[in-house]
Amino acid sequence: MLTLILIVLPLLVSISLFFVRNERWARNLALTTALVEFGISIAALVQYFLYCHCQLLFRFEWLANYGISLKFGMDGLSMLMTLLTTFLVSIIIFSSFTQKVARSSTFYSLIILMQAGLVGVFTAFDGMVFYIFWELTLIPAYFIAAYWGGENRIRITLKFFAYTFSGSLLMLVAIIFLYFRTPLPHSFDHIWLYANNLNPAEQVWIFLAFFIAFAIKVPVFPFHTWQPDTYVTAPYSGSMLLGGLMSKMGLFGMIRWMIPITYPVLNRTDGLFIIFPLVGIVYASLIAIRQDDLKRFVAYTSIAHLGLVAAGAMALNSQAMQGAMIQMVSHGINIVGLFIIIQYIEARTKTTSIRELGGIALKAPRLAVCFMIILLGSVALPLTNGFVGEFLILLGLFKYYWLYEADAGLTIIFSAVYMLRKYQRVMLGNTNTVTESFTDLSFKEMIPLVAILIMVLWIGIAPGMFMQLAENGVGQIIGIIR
Amino acid sequence: MNSIISLSVLGVLVLFLGILKKKTWLLPLILLGLVVSLVMTILHWNMNRSLFHNMLIIDNPGVAFSAVMIFSTFLIFMFAAQYYRKVTRPLDDIYAVMIFALVGAVLMSYFGNLIMLFIGIETLSIALYVLAGSHKEAITSNEATLKYFLLGSFLSGFLLFGIALLYGSSGSFDLYAIHAYVVQHIHQGLPPMFKAGLFLLIIGLSFKIAIAPFHFWAPDVYEGTPTLLTAFMATVVKTASVFAMYRFFSITFFGIHGVWEMTIAILAGITIVIGNVTGLYQPNLKRMLAYSSISHSGYMMLAMVAFSGSTANALLFYSVSYSIATIAAFAILILVREARGNDYFGSFNGLSRNNHIEAFTLAVAMLSLTGIPPLAGFIGKYFLFAAAIEQGWLWLVIIAIAGSAISVGYYFKPIIAMYFREDQGTILQSDKTYKVHILVLTILILLLGVMPFLISGLI
Repeated sequence: MLTLILIVLPLLVSISLFFVRNERWARNLALTTALVEFGISIAALVQYFLYCHCQLLFRFEWLANYGISLKFGMDGLSMLMTLLTTFLVSIIIFSSFTQKVARSSTFYSLIILMQAGLVGVFTAFDGMVFYIFWELTLIPAYFIAAYWGGENRIRITLKFFAYTFSGSLLMLVAIIFLYFRTPLPHSFDHIWLYANNLNPAEQVWIFLAFFIAFAIKVPVFPFHTWQPDTYVTAPYSGSMLLGGLMSKMGLFGMIRWMIPITYPVLNRTDGLFIIFPLVGIVYASLIAIRQDDLKRFVAYTSIAHLGLVAAGAMALNSQAMQGAMIQMVSHGINIVGLFIIIQYIEARTKTTSIRELGGIALKAPRLAVCFMIILLGSVALPLTNGFVGEFLILLGLFKYYWLYEADAGLTIIFSAVYMLRKYQRVMLGNTNTVTESFTDLSFKEMIPLVAILIMVLWIGIAPGMFMQLAENGVGQIIGIIR
Repeated sequence: MNSIISLSVLGVLVLFLGILKKKTWLLPLILLGLVVSLVMTILHWNMNRSLFHNMLIIDNPGVAFSAVMIFSTFLIFMFAAQYYRKVTRPLDDIYAVMIFALVGAVLMSYFGNLIMLFIGIETLSIALYVLAGSHKEAITSNEATLKYFLLGSFLSGFLLFGIALLYGSSGSFDLYAIHAYVVQHIHQGLPPMFKAGLFLLIIGLSFKIAIAPFHFWAPDVYEGTPTLLTAFMATVVKTASVFAMYRFFSITFFGIHGVWEMTIAILAGITIVIGNVTGLYQPNLKRMLAYSSISHSGYMMLAMVAFSGSTANALLFYSVSYSIATIAAFAILILVREARGNDYFGSFNGLSRNNHIEAFTLAVAMLSLTGIPPLAGFIGKYFLFAAAIEQGWLWLVIIAIAGSAISVGYYFKPIIAMYFREDQGTILQSDKTYKVHILVLTILILLLGVMPFLISGLI
């Protein structure tokens, strides 16, 4: 039941927000909803641990003739992703308060709609319902980026939409095809889809359709070309939603749907598909080193970090997959933190060009500390959240094939190089004309950052609860593969 | 049967009101009459009887589709008052001809005999030739009617010749007799005369549905025809023709596969590609909607190709969702043309600023036509694709999917203009009732998307 409330509440609020004329009311209602959602997901977490392994299932026969039922539930993986979603959406809405947003009731309505879609994606246990929510998130994401975006937004966002929509359509064909390969009477239920009887040739096609759809969303090299432009042009809240949550939809799709359904293809091709994200790691890292624009820089680091996660997910062993799940959470938290910091910097200096910045640490020590901790999380320093996940992924990849591990290990080195260099350029050194009048963070601006810092350190120092959730998620999938 | 009689009486009554010069009574009478006919149609549900020696067969699919067509006409008439606001002369002739066209459409959904099919199509078409030219002063309207009439009567000849050849080989116009003939001769192969007749019949119907390569009339005729009547053409006429084709094949080739499917599949593939790719290059919304309607005919052909128990259902759902979304788009188009003089995409700039409801409705309609969940258009597409994949037409579904992906390029043009470009033109003038009407359409699109079981299990 809690799962259903998590989806229905934001849907209702989102519709009513359209009609709220008072902008103050609109944003307060949005924040309240997000916080209530966070509270409900905590309650779900408590319930989950108290009556362990109950999946909080909700089921309603939607189109019984066609084997589609609204089946929502939460296992460890869903729980992790739902917590991440509700947490980050609250942070995103709160951090947008520091900026003036035109037509804010529509803006917040779309964010809340996006939240409903995301929770639906992460908790759906029915293939068709998963697809419906998957597409549902695309509409608000597109409108947020295209309406409140910056330069060239119309062209860039249309590319984003067309790219991801094409990928999803491939997935739709794959899901319908799978449906007719499930045991009679056909059903879209995940257990039935897992128990398909595809022949090896069909498996390859289904795998490719899923892989392309999810790789576009993450994005995995070479399907990433929509991503940097879109992150740059979208408003900050939009970039946070895209980078922090929407990219996780692709990874989640891999773990929940692609791998359990078509793992024999991954076994047979012997790691061929892991090469894509591994190439992406090196490629994106090299570009990130040369980037001057902070937002574009974060976009490329995201391709590198998520490439590692995708590689870990496809390595088909429990350590790597567990690491991938933890790292999905950590990356979401870190990238939102980075975007918030860039947002604050741009609000004060009107620029995101690294060349024009410098010496901010002298003027704003609080910002510098926050930036440093989040950055260390991204670099995967021990005792920060990045370390737990990346360590497990590297361990798993090593067990898979040592050369992959060697390549993936480059992320840590690369990210230390580019992250610290950018930090040095932006924060250290002497102030210049642009940064001379830089003011430190206000109390209101600190709140979202502090929340993120707590999570960075919590996952880094005491990852027990998250590990347990991830372990539960992994257990089921590895059970299918074995 | 009652619905055919009541609709005909309604048409005659409308003409009488014109003679009596009771202009204000026209629309209320029509709307009431349509509701009465709709109720009468629905009362035929589960009746299953045949009339006049199988000339008309009243069965559930026929009832469902005629109900859909009457309902679509009702929706279109809701916007008539605004559309003809500035016209002072009585409009009884146009309205009456529209209703007579609807009678033809209803006949086409009940036919049990090829003669009845022809009578239905001609009743529909002749009425449409008149409607296309009903804006006498406009040269485009004259062009539209001439083009439509010349090509239409030429292609009717194909249809008639096809029917004649089918009669020549099978010895009957009756669908069940033809079915018996097909069952008898399928094993030693159908004679060339029968196949030629079938082919000509497909061509004749394809013209009415606007399937490539017989679609060339559609964009010009759609553009020239008065907008309200274009909406009628794009929805009611299309639904009637598609269902007529479905009805013909579902009865005469019941339980028999592999005779004509490939022909239709190839036509469907060509239609989807041409409709969607050409749609990208249209400068205004009305022509774009013409190509959109062409590509949607292609999607509907998927149901024709993938014959199974559930395809009538899939087709019904698709027709409903397509019709509602298209009527919604035309309703906004009427407003924009009235306020801003033309319907080039530039005229939609900044519409969302002052006309929230109108912009929102058009956006929902476009998204539904693109096939984005949770709107009705997505469920419709899903049913069709699932039916086609079930029958093994994967390549055709992949073409259809590619078409859907391409269609984003043009369906998003009005959305981008309305929401992301700056305002340039005047505010649209629409009164409260008009707003309520378009809101009803929006809610229908959403409702059918969220609760497809309302009509998905009917037939």
